[in-house]
Amino acid sequence: ANMKLVFVLSALLGASLCLETFVGHQVLRVRTSNEEQVKQLQLLESLEHLQLDFWINPSASAVPVDVRIPAASVQSVKAFLESHGIEYSILIEDLQDVLDQEKQDMARAAQRQRGTGFDFGTYHTLEDIYAELDHLASEYSFVEKIQIGQSYEKRPLYVLKFSTGGSNRPAIWLDAGIHSREWVTQASALWIANKIASDYGTDASVTSLLDHMDLFLLPVANPDGFVYTHTSNRMWRKTRSKIPGSVCYGVDPNRNWDAGFGGPGASKNPCSDSYHGPSANSEVEVRSVVDFIKSHGNFKAFLTLHSYSQLLMYPYGYKCTRPADYAELESLGRSAANAIKSLYGTTFQVGPICTTIYMAGGTTIDWTYANGVKYSFSLELRDTGRYAFLLPSSHILPTATETWPALLDIMVHVLEHPY
Amino acid sequence: RAMELPPGRVPAGRVAAVAAGFVRFQRGSPARALALRALRGVRAQDIKDVGHKYYLDLELEDVLDKDSTVNCSAEVLYHLGNKNIAPDVQFTLEGELKSTEEADHRFYTRIRSLEKELVAENIPDSHGHVPPELEPIHLLAWVASGYVIWQNSTENTQLQLAQIKHVKQVKRSDEYLQFDYVVLLHEMVSQEMIPWEMTVLWHPRDGVQVTRDSRQPGH
Repeated sequence: ANMKLVFVLSALLGASLCLETFVGHQVLRVRTSNEEQVKQLQLLESLEHLQLDFWINPSASAVPVDVRIPAASVQSVKAFLESHGIEYSILIEDLQDVLDQEKQDMARAAQRQRGTGFDFGTYHTLEDIYAELDHLASEYSFVEKIQIGQSYEKRPLYVLKFSTGGSNRPAIWLDAGIHSREWVTQASALWIANKIASDYGTDASVTSLLDHMDLFLLPVANPDGFVYTHTSNRMWRKTRSKIPGSVCYGVDPNRNWDAGFGGPGASKNPCSDSYHGPSANSEVEVRSVVDFIKSHGNFKAFLTLHSYSQLLMYPYGYKCTRPADYAELESLGRSAANAIKSLYGTTFQVGPICTTIYMAGGTTIDWTYANGVKYSFSLELRDTGRYAFLLPSSHILPTATETWPALLDIMVHVLEHPY
Repeated sequence: RAMELPPGRVPAGRVAAVAAGFVRFQRGSPARALALRALRGVRAQDIKDVGHKYYLDLELEDVLDKDSTVNCSAEVLYHLGNKNIAPDVQFTLEGELKSTEEADHRFYTRIRSLEKELVAENIPDSHGHVPPELEPIHLLAWVASGYVIWQNSTENTQLQLAQIKHVKQVKRSDEYLQFDYVVLLHEMVSQEMIPWEMTVLWHPRDGVQVTRDSRQPGH
């Protein structure tokens, strides 16, 4: 079992370093019963085109031979063994499954060692997310859970406030899950919250950041929609407000902001997934954030997470002309995108919303930008459509860990460029 | 004259998605689905009274073997006027694709030997998980969706397979495998989730065929 672990781990290391896949690869245990059969196996070993990987080499006939066989060679190797009467059993049916499971188990174990008990590498219910917010707030003195309002269906809108002191320090906002089906965003936000909290005091940038600025993190900006994706429709995007005069529910909260509201790129049809709503800020989920930003009065950056498409965008969405701060936002965006790429090679396109994805009126960062928050960015996280909204949970930790350096890069720039 | 477009700007991504979908359909099997890894370059040309033509340099990857990539040059022509005509797509691939004969044969034999017709739902599930034995069914839908996407795309839309809601195998008296799918297609620009039925035929010797497809009324 120990040997097997060593080989599995080296395969895992190989896989993670070289981004190799072992889908369909099988590991067979071959039992030879005489010298002749050992020779046959050694012959097999010499056939390089089969790309066989002998974990235990054929030597003496009494010792079983373990061999990893790439998917394409499995049938022919089995046929060869059978035709020579050589016994074998299947140790591992699909090596990739084992590696994926191991990766998950290892991540969980590493996490358990830190004693949090919360598995950041899997998707959670609203209840579990809210419980973890309580846990973070109780574990760290500079983390506080505040309620900025409640949803249409009366669920609390909880924000984690990271503050090491001062009075109404310049602040940074980060939110996730405004579109409920974009599950990797709420999941990443939780990981990021834990990362920031645990890095304060040990990481120079995070420490400097929180020594001078406050951070407000809203991990589930649309809790009604989020619950609905768990209970009824995994693909739900909007809020769950009842629309007067319509059988359809919900407003697209990213078309409901008072900037280019009702313009192109948003629908007047209540049944549409991009319905802008009866009026700007009609959705309590949006209004609560608007009121909070306005009454605080000292926000310097606003970062909002979406998925999918791998884009890093700044205003405008409602018109295809460049914002006044185009040069700086483009340059900062590119720097942040490079930070994402440096981890796993994930590429993000950078640009204004309108020319990068589509024209859209009433979006969040158009409003924040128009209201004095210069560093307003909207990110679309993994992937580019292979899994789209149904991103496998094995992608959560890679997504969070690659996105965080980009956000930190932006935050440090904000810290170093007060205005 | 054809004008160079920035690959990170609309509509480059939409055109690339159509081209990639078309190639995926033409070259796909339950063991091979080509995905767009990178758009290396795109040029646009306005052809008077005909439409908009795009010339693309794509890098495609095999989703089952991400190390395996292939360069592809493609041309996409969106016709003026009648939006019900699919864009014309032509492409050439540089180099050979790995053979999927073994895996195709394995899948074909497995399905043919099933006593009860295969039925499945929600692939992937809410957590993005696909049981390994259903991965070829998933890939086949993704390949077939390339056809539907090609047939139904304009310069103002971008379709993507979001999920297989339901799939049912239909046993046939001939040698083809038939799967009747109900899938959800995500349209990026409007953000709509569109249910779509498609009947998919496949045999290891032939390519994938979509013999029937129809858009369903939405939620």
